[in-house]
Amino acid sequence: MLTTQQEKLMGELKAIVEKHGTDRSALIPILQDVQKCYHTISDFAMQVIADMLGIHPVEVNSVVTFYAFLNEKYHGKFVIRLCRTISCEMAGKAAVARQLENDLGIKFGETTDDGRFTLEWANCIGMCDQGPAMLVNDQVFTRVTPEKVHDILQMCEQSFGPHTLQKAEEHVL
Amino acid sequence: MSTMNDTMLATIEADAGLKAALQQSRIDVIGIIRDSGMKGRGGAGFPTGVKWNLAAGVHSDKKYVVCNADEGEPGTFKDRVIMSDWPDLVFEGMTIAAYAIGADEGIVYLRGEYTYLVKQLEECLQKRRDNGLLGHSIQGKEGFNFDIHIHMGSGAYVCGEETALIESLEGQRGEPRNRPPFPVNTGFKGRPTIVNNVETFAWASAILSKGADWFKSFGTDKSTGLKLFSVSGDVARPGVYEFPMGITISELLNQVGGEGAKAVQIGGASGHCVPASQFGRTIAYEDIATGGSIIVFGPERDMLDVVENFLEFFQDESCGQCTPCRIGNTKLLDGVRMLKRGECSMKYLRELVKLGQTMQIAAKCGLGQSSPNAFLSIVENFQNEIMGRIPASA
Repeated sequence: MLTTQQEKLMGELKAIVEKHGTDRSALIPILQDVQKCYHTISDFAMQVIADMLGIHPVEVNSVVTFYAFLNEKYHGKFVIRLCRTISCEMAGKAAVARQLENDLGIKFGETTDDGRFTLEWANCIGMCDQGPAMLVNDQVFTRVTPEKVHDILQMCEQSFGPHTLQKAEEHVL
Repeated sequence: MSTMNDTMLATIEADAGLKAALQQSRIDVIGIIRDSGMKGRGGAGFPTGVKWNLAAGVHSDKKYVVCNADEGEPGTFKDRVIMSDWPDLVFEGMTIAAYAIGADEGIVYLRGEYTYLVKQLEECLQKRRDNGLLGHSIQGKEGFNFDIHIHMGSGAYVCGEETALIESLEGQRGEPRNRPPFPVNTGFKGRPTIVNNVETFAWASAILSKGADWFKSFGTDKSTGLKLFSVSGDVARPGVYEFPMGITISELLNQVGGEGAKAVQIGGASGHCVPASQFGRTIAYEDIATGGSIIVFGPERDMLDVVENFLEFFQDESCGQCTPCRIGNTKLLDGVRMLKRGECSMKYLRELVKLGQTMQIAAKCGLGQSSPNAFLSIVENFQNEIMGRIPASA
């Protein structure tokens, strides 16, 4: 990373920390914001946050690695989380999973090369009466069928402008 | 009662409970909750009045009211419906609790999966501030200051355990603490804290509005009141239902269109799997307790698929802190896969049962202690079905 890039990032991170304060209890809200902005929580970000909160970076790392929604690894602009728990399984999640893999060309746990989509499993997302259910970022989709998968992905793709079509590596801090 | 508009909870007049509470002493408010006999609606079933009384009795410059909205138990979604349809009842209940124990700060710990609810909840909180139902001198009650903010979870089932939830609020990994000390003494930031389920707060508002006797007119002696149930699986009409405590399983199945079921999982992944022969049993703290998750299995379901799904869940969600839970769930899952392949001896199955029983005693928190429940009840009730399998490919 170039120094100027690093300085810019440091400024942005400081602004996020200042918004939440430097109390330890602010750590997770800070990390959630960083995750939302950058789709990853890099070593550099963890170091900056740790310095500002006066804790060791390993403390920050231990928190990041504990929670499913905080990630060291780069996640796509759209994180698709398909519920794999029992009611959604009985409602036919396997076919939806297969179609997601087919349409995205990736397996669960992977991110597409263009950095747009990440595919993950979720444990029960509380839509058991309307399964199969999945989250796309914060939005919930219920009674998903293999056929509907294509429409949902297309809807995501349409929200991209040409300027966002960058390679995944360029997003990685 | 398949639509939520038909429920008693929907008939509760907004903020009547809070107004009634503020006209009484703190002790009397706790007395009403205690008289109602309400036990925690999250599933553990600790008497709410006792919890509030313990926190009220502690001297401290700061106390907290925490709403556990980390609804993660598989098959549970009634808290989502409560927060969507009646957020005011929940915030009202938190305010009543704050008055009762002497707290000035409330926190809703909302699971990350429910981020889409935040906007609506924030708007509701702002409206309450504007109407003098939150903030300084609430409803003109001098010296009663209380406000609520929302704290998002980040995808960890174990944070539904109250001490893990507090750890998470403090910016730590969500690893459960040893108890005692209990949160009512040493909770968030070391201060007295009550942690109650979303539904518990909603019913607290109802009880203050309608009285303890009204609440006690439903349910059984040991399990008073009404309860919301999340019904899913092989039923004609899945959804959220309100039933009195003490309802039999067969009666419940009739109401939701689940007749002919082979088994019902009560209490989610950490609950018990009840076979059809025991459908006469009741859903109550004295028989089968639950936070409200009802998953119905039709005659075609393979119980090994079910238990495999649950154990995959626990293997993934175990915080890894204590050995019985971390290793135990992995060994049980291996065992279930052996059963599926038809490679498990009766001797080894008995070893696994012993392991499960050990986990129930030796695991540190409720997650670990309850994680083998589904396995043990399926082994006990469906032994004929799970032994001597011939794999499909053979």
